[in-house]
Amino acid sequence: MKNDKNFFKNLFSNKYRSRTLSFLIVIVGYILIEIMMATGSLSSMLKSLLVPVTCYIVAALGLNLNVGVSGELNLGQAGFMCLGAFMGVCVSGALAPVIANGIVRLVLAIIVGAVVAALFGILIGIPVLKLQGDYLAIVTLAFGEIIKSLVNNMYIGFDANGFQFSFVENKLHLAPGGKALISGPMGATGTQLVSTFTVGVILILVSLIIIYNLLYSKSGRAIMACRDNRIAAESVGVHVANTKMLAFVISAALAGAAGALYGLNYSTLVPSKFGFNLSILILVYVVLGGLGNMTGTIISTIVLVLLPELLRGLADYRMIIYSIILILTMILTNNEKVRSYVGGLREKLKARISRKEAEAHE
Amino acid sequence: MKFEKLVKGGLAALMTMSMVACSNGGSAAPAETAATTDGGTETTAAAAGEGAFKLGISGPLTGGASVYGQAVKNAAEIAVEEINAKGGVQFDFKAEDDEHDAEKAVNAYNALKDWGMQLSLCTVTSAPGAAVAPLYQADSTFAITPSGSSLAVIYADSANQTNAYGNVFQMCFTDPNQGVASADYLSAHTNLGTKVAVIYKNDDNYSTGIYEKFTSEAEVKGLEVVYTGTFAGEDNDFNVQLTQAQAAGADVLFLPIYYQPASTILKQANDMGYKPTVFGVDGMDGILSMEGFDTSLAEGVYLLTPFSADATDDLTKNFVAKYQEKYGEVPNQFAADAYDCVYAIAQALEAAGATADMSNADLCTALVGQFTSMTFNGLTGTDVTWNANGEVSKAPKAVIIENGVYVGVED
Repeated sequence: MKNDKNFFKNLFSNKYRSRTLSFLIVIVGYILIEIMMATGSLSSMLKSLLVPVTCYIVAALGLNLNVGVSGELNLGQAGFMCLGAFMGVCVSGALAPVIANGIVRLVLAIIVGAVVAALFGILIGIPVLKLQGDYLAIVTLAFGEIIKSLVNNMYIGFDANGFQFSFVENKLHLAPGGKALISGPMGATGTQLVSTFTVGVILILVSLIIIYNLLYSKSGRAIMACRDNRIAAESVGVHVANTKMLAFVISAALAGAAGALYGLNYSTLVPSKFGFNLSILILVYVVLGGLGNMTGTIISTIVLVLLPELLRGLADYRMIIYSIILILTMILTNNEKVRSYVGGLREKLKARISRKEAEAHE
Repeated sequence: MKFEKLVKGGLAALMTMSMVACSNGGSAAPAETAATTDGGTETTAAAAGEGAFKLGISGPLTGGASVYGQAVKNAAEIAVEEINAKGGVQFDFKAEDDEHDAEKAVNAYNALKDWGMQLSLCTVTSAPGAAVAPLYQADSTFAITPSGSSLAVIYADSANQTNAYGNVFQMCFTDPNQGVASADYLSAHTNLGTKVAVIYKNDDNYSTGIYEKFTSEAEVKGLEVVYTGTFAGEDNDFNVQLTQAQAAGADVLFLPIYYQPASTILKQANDMGYKPTVFGVDGMDGILSMEGFDTSLAEGVYLLTPFSADATDDLTKNFVAKYQEKYGEVPNQFAADAYDCVYAIAQALEAAGATADMSNADLCTALVGQFTSMTFNGLTGTDVTWNANGEVSKAPKAVIIENGVYVGVED
């Protein structure tokens, strides 16, 4: 009994409170939405937003590990998503005749997407993370654009004889029954939709487990030490480049997984979707949610993805209002008066709870 | 102090915004569009009430491709008003913004579905259309796109042109057809020039779609392509491509691209004193209404489009006059296609004797039956027919820009 009580107390202790909150939000949110879906009270528009929201959350969580925890600016998250998305579409498309079960293909696609993105992450990280300064931002920015252009000029087909590949010009000669998986700027078309909300939520939970386990481990503390003071971290024997690499590669892998989930949720996927703007959008989710704050990232992503859709009633003024709301939140959350006001509320709430607890003890 | 200032500033900004919103709806726009200031861009003409068909569309109403989205929306509104005023078939029309993005188009589709859409003009642009077409098929809702020209909009397997969705139709030519038609036209009219240079956008499916068919057809017809240049993204310097095209001795410049980069190409070609015959396709349409573009540069540009605003038939004259009166500009081919779409749907509904209380699936079956058997006469062509895959069959028209307007070219 005593152990149980300690366990719950531990869950809400200062150290673990944010972790518990993150999991609670995801699980409670999932249950609520499943209940709403079962009772049919969810509009089709909100239903169509479920999977993309989970994709963006996973990509943003990954980016937060990189930007918030490791302190390295990454402007190429969309590039990693792009890799994951097109790898995922290829894997799912090529396996379609062999594996009929969509969920199995989706999971395989997510794994392949994550692994490929991680490999590219390692390639980029090896030279760049040895440097000090903002080089990662510059290189990932270029990387995102390069990946986009590469996929834009890539033609991949699949038929009974295996894979076919051509570059710049479409030279595929597919046997009858063959399938063009990626056709240059047209991207992937006719993709079978296999992504589901449940898999998306499981992916969020897996990313949270990975991120929090990392944060509470020796490596996680080393990552934060490198961020806070590189020289001090080096002086106690932390290998800075390798430590930063760990955060960067996990971040890339999560983006790849999110991309695969995203790619298999739409019947068309064009490479131009994964441009610089998408990277910035994900960065906005992270910054608005709070650097290093995973719960905040989840909430801000949900709000910012839903907001433009919920504002559809405003017609032509939709995007203006959306940007005004964005600017106001950015300013207000950094305003000292607002902060102290919110802090005061929190103190009052705490005082009230402890008073009640004291009364209960009496 | 700072915080109060901020709140006051924010409120002031919001108030100004709402004032702008009000004044725009009240004075600048004619009475019919005043209804658009709240509750989406819904045009509920007074006549449309009970028994009206709910007609939806998604298109880029904001962002880079918004010229097309706005044109289509405006023209569809005119058509809906005219049809509603006639009595008979009644429409309730709503346009949603998809920002020319597949993800947003799916959201827009679902927003329209929640609204209760029964019939649809699908999407304005291709990539969003390809994303929502399977949804229309799954929900058995009839759709005809005015301007989504990619094969992927009507075929699930666009590479092999098989597995047509069956209930998604096109009013415009497909991209490959435009490429073939352009090559045919150029090989038949050697007076325009014999050495062709092509500059196309290789990260754009519209542009590459036309280019691929153009080159294969040019080979068949013995048309000499002396130079092929590409660009991507937001590139706005074409001097390299133009210099090489000039060096290759090209006297015809084929531009299967949208009008924004085309306008820059025209300007830079003019600056370097290179004067080939410029030949464009329907993406070139819109260049004359582009802000900040010197339209004299577009003099003598040929383009292949099914619609020219200077045509003298009553239908075109009436449409152009109405559009100009209401929106203050000459309608482009996208607008004409949208206008035709609404009329084609109305014609099919009347012929099928459909009523608004029918289910989407029943409406869809009835309309597919009509569209595959009927002949339609509209702004963008006469004796227009559709095959069972949803592809349109109509004759392309070549026009030349003279004194700032399109003039039909006689064969």
